[in-house]
Amino acid sequence: MSGRSFMITHAKSIYGSVPLIGWLVGMLLAVLTESFFGNTLAYALYLPKVPALFGLTIVLKQPSLFPATVFYVLLIYCLPIFAVAGLTATWANRFAAAMEKLPLWFSAIIHIGVLYLVLHLWTDLSDYRLQISKLTMIAVMLTLSINVINGYMGEFSCSHPGFMALGAYASSTFSLALFHQDRLFGTPLLPEFLGPYMFPMGLLLGGAAASLGAMVVAIPSFRTRGDYLAIISLAFMFIVKSVLENLEVVGGARGMGGQPHWATLPAVFIGMTVCIGVINNFVNSTMGKALNAVRDNEAAAEAMTVNTRRTKMTAFMFGAFWAGVAGGFYAHELRYINPSSFGIQMLAEILAMVYFGGLNSVVGSVVGALSIQMLSEALRPLELFKWIIIPLLLILVMIFRPTGLIAFREFNIRKTFGPKVLKKRI
Amino acid sequence: MALLQVDRMTHYFGGLQAVGSYSLRINPGEIHGLIGPNGAGKTTVFNLITGIHTPTEGGVFLEGRRLIGLRPHQIAALGLGRTFQNMLLWRHMTVLEHVKVAHYAQINYGLLSALLGSHRRYADEAFIEKNSLHLLDIFDVAHYADQLVANLPYGAQRRVEMARAMAIRPKILLLDEPTAGMTTEEMIQMIGIVRKIHEQFKVAILLIEHRLKFVMELCRFVQALVFGKVIAEGTPEEIRSNPKVIEAYLGSEDVS
Repeated sequence: MSGRSFMITHAKSIYGSVPLIGWLVGMLLAVLTESFFGNTLAYALYLPKVPALFGLTIVLKQPSLFPATVFYVLLIYCLPIFAVAGLTATWANRFAAAMEKLPLWFSAIIHIGVLYLVLHLWTDLSDYRLQISKLTMIAVMLTLSINVINGYMGEFSCSHPGFMALGAYASSTFSLALFHQDRLFGTPLLPEFLGPYMFPMGLLLGGAAASLGAMVVAIPSFRTRGDYLAIISLAFMFIVKSVLENLEVVGGARGMGGQPHWATLPAVFIGMTVCIGVINNFVNSTMGKALNAVRDNEAAAEAMTVNTRRTKMTAFMFGAFWAGVAGGFYAHELRYINPSSFGIQMLAEILAMVYFGGLNSVVGSVVGALSIQMLSEALRPLELFKWIIIPLLLILVMIFRPTGLIAFREFNIRKTFGPKVLKKRI
Repeated sequence: MALLQVDRMTHYFGGLQAVGSYSLRINPGEIHGLIGPNGAGKTTVFNLITGIHTPTEGGVFLEGRRLIGLRPHQIAALGLGRTFQNMLLWRHMTVLEHVKVAHYAQINYGLLSALLGSHRRYADEAFIEKNSLHLLDIFDVAHYADQLVANLPYGAQRRVEMARAMAIRPKILLLDEPTAGMTTEEMIQMIGIVRKIHEQFKVAILLIEHRLKFVMELCRFVQALVFGKVIAEGTPEEIRSNPKVIEAYLGSEDVS
């Protein structure tokens, strides 16, 4: 056996058996190292500041700094992560095995808690990171919600920006009219300190508004499939946009601004976690599997007692609900919305995320949202050419993996959190 | 009272009479056959009974309950299972998922339980999984449980479809050409399977078939359908020797 292939098999035998918790602890150590030594190291390497997104944003802007950034990333992130993951694999496995015997929510809380801690420490160092992280998490929610319709149910729906706009406007109206001084609605009706506690209500309201919108699209498009639904839903998106542009109550074309900054990191993180959990729960139940049956053959699903009409309606409204919630977060993160931000470009972004990541897969949605968001940040210096490169990449994915990177895979939470079996060393 | 009763059912597609005054009575535990040349309207009869099309005239009753006006999934949930001529399996789903989804009408939990994962949901899902595996075992496809149906051999796909149809707990099962595209050997196996279903589940069966041997083996009562009308009915022997049936299948002798 040659040296190199020996190294690879060796690495596989170590890192193949690291459970998720091991990686998370490694990441925790990495971000801790960064928050203590990040600035010093960046200074020593003649970097202007800590690289924001692993140097992704620097590659095209200041290529001369790239080698130093790579060194920084290797030293600050890769070294601690791989060292901790590799060295603690045995203990981490024992810990994961012990947790597996306890109820699932317990290990879920521990994993999600550590992940949140990592994210919190990491975003603490720069506001840019914070905003990108929040927007990425909102994108994950959007991608998942459109995957329910376009992936699991197999319809091509284009009305997601419309649902998002409904959610954004509904929840903004809720928080501006009730809790915040504002030029559109004047004095708030309730004391402002109650606001952050009532924010979930506002999000639910946004979700409900989007669901209602979904019902309006679904009723006339029940009998159509495929292209026709795509056209109807596209029309719906434009209708929502024009209605909002002409509705002076919510600011018309000038938009709506000054939302209170309630979309904090914990709020968005909790929103995303709940979204992933609930959607994953749904699509793995027999009720959710009925969606796949409707997609693959509706007549057969109907003959097997599946109430196809109700199933389609539920899924459509459910997907729209989460788009509405994501819209609510989006409005409270950017603190300014106007109708034209929910147009065809946003649709293109959402569709790129879902088709890049993979249809019919929760993990695929997360990967898709994450990678398109990162890519779009990295390519930002290219300005307009960004919109040539991303579609090109998408075309390549469609050629080589027509259903996306990680399509048709079930996400088993228990297995993800559990210990990894030690593979035999060769 | 008959299990399934069809009274003078007639159906038009536009101006074309696809089924004319078709009647049928099946009692619990009987196996009936429906034969006829291509385009005779056999599958249309099935589609009319299962609610995919609504008959222009006539009535369909399951245990005395009128089925006309109900949606196909409601009719299926009342105990009317069927298979399809070209199977209509769900190509992105595994064998186990096929049988699980057919339990849809037996789900007791609501949407909220499905989303949040309540205790009842897990109890229900556990029952459905157990029952599904049991059915797969009966049809001898349990070892394929986690495979996509598209990867299965043809005969196994047919058995998966039968398992799926049995998961809805039918009182009567409609089989639409269960041996289409099969070799003689596979057909003989299929006879065994249908017999097994009939005995094990005490289910009545109505089957469409081209192959007379299959019908002769299984049915006590056969109807021959030509151009949407029943031209002969009786025991398989009577049907086989009926001159009208022979004419429909082979053509009459005095060709001009």
